[in-house]
Amino acid sequence: MSSDQERMLARAAREVVPGQIVNLGIGLPTRLFDYLTPEMEVLVHSENGVLGCQPLAPGGEPDLEMIDSGGAYIDTRPGASVFDSALSFAMIRRRRVDVTFMGAFEVDQQGNLANWKIPGKFSPGIGGAMELAQKVDKLVVLCSHNDKHGNPKILKHCRLPLTAPRCVSRIITEKAVMQVTDAGLEVMDIAEGLDVATLRAATEAELIIDEPRLGRF
Amino acid sequence: MTLLNRKHTTLETAIAGIPDGASIMVGGFGSPGTPFALLDELLAQGQKHLTLIKNDANEPDIGIGRLIRAGRVDRLITSHIGLNRVAIEEMNRGRLAVEIHPQGLLAEKIRCAGAGHYGFLTDIGLDTEIAAARREIECDGQRWAIEPAIHADFALVHADLADAYGNLVYRGTAINFNPLMAMAADRVIAQAFRVEAPGHLAPETIQTPCAFVSQVVRVDETTSEQGRRTHVV
Repeated sequence: MSSDQERMLARAAREVVPGQIVNLGIGLPTRLFDYLTPEMEVLVHSENGVLGCQPLAPGGEPDLEMIDSGGAYIDTRPGASVFDSALSFAMIRRRRVDVTFMGAFEVDQQGNLANWKIPGKFSPGIGGAMELAQKVDKLVVLCSHNDKHGNPKILKHCRLPLTAPRCVSRIITEKAVMQVTDAGLEVMDIAEGLDVATLRAATEAELIIDEPRLGRF
Repeated sequence: MTLLNRKHTTLETAIAGIPDGASIMVGGFGSPGTPFALLDELLAQGQKHLTLIKNDANEPDIGIGRLIRAGRVDRLITSHIGLNRVAIEEMNRGRLAVEIHPQGLLAEKIRCAGAGHYGFLTDIGLDTEIAAARREIECDGQRWAIEPAIHADFALVHADLADAYGNLVYRGTAINFNPLMAMAADRVIAQAFRVEAPGHLAPETIQTPCAFVSQVVRVDETTSEQGRRTHVV
């Protein structure tokens, strides 16, 4: 894992309050497990039907009937439960999941999120992303600031089909931590060693930046 | 519905009741809960032009992946097929019709059929691409999309334990869609690692009561795919 990703994850973990119920999306968000210590007493929800999952201990014998929604074999922690898929999504729609972390193809300054389909190129289906995006009060996007060609992913308006409109609370990239507000996208923290002009140049969205109050991460 | 004392049967007999063109719900999220033995028997018996309803498409060489690869599936109703490149290719070539639903709506549409309702109203997916295919109504000043229930002719489910009447107990994350599908199809075929005499399962542990189950088949844990898989989803 790159040091950028480690920095993003350490920052992302600060978005979780001890005692909360948390959902971790596929990919980088899954790595947040390493930052959620047992003392935090956080239960991780996985939409295939488990509340209170944790990674299998290294060398541990997998139980073939225990996986998370990303397909990894899992263990459970004290206080865990398992249930069917309808109940799992009832838990989401009833807003019993406090925080969710997801990747993104595009996010925009209104808090719109696109992370499931690139027409003509990538359309494997939406899985559970739509309900999580729409019904979890705090949605934190964890993604690279730009795509592999260097194009901005933090946009004025999403161009791809939306996962859900106006659903994103915060965006954490290797360059900045941004908060979606009614006034627009407000930068809370900027990466150590990065200047504001470089950040703006790498971003299509209009950024609200109050330099004296800017944190570093 | 099969009489209680006639439900415990063989793989061959249970699957032989499925005709060409049937719609079939298949339990499982990835590998856990997928009724691999029932699916392999369906592959062996040769039924074709099937409509399958399953959360995902398994992987190319296991479960419903084998049926798709063999060209036996005309239509798949699902939420995500990203781990089956063959299913994606077949979809892109127009040889497999794929209908995608958000996972929780798929589960609820199946649950709703099992509960005997026409459908339900939801605000999930309003103002997204999926809205185009749905009817919307206004109730109490709010917009809602109508989501009809999904029924099927058959459901193939995997349980950990059963009794000969067809009472079912699931285990771990192999529960997923199984208890929902076990209520939503006209005929329900369950496989289980153990099939006990009635009375061996404590009534309060039963997750699907036998009234919903048509046939029950014991499958061998050590030789079925459930026991051999080292990777999943």
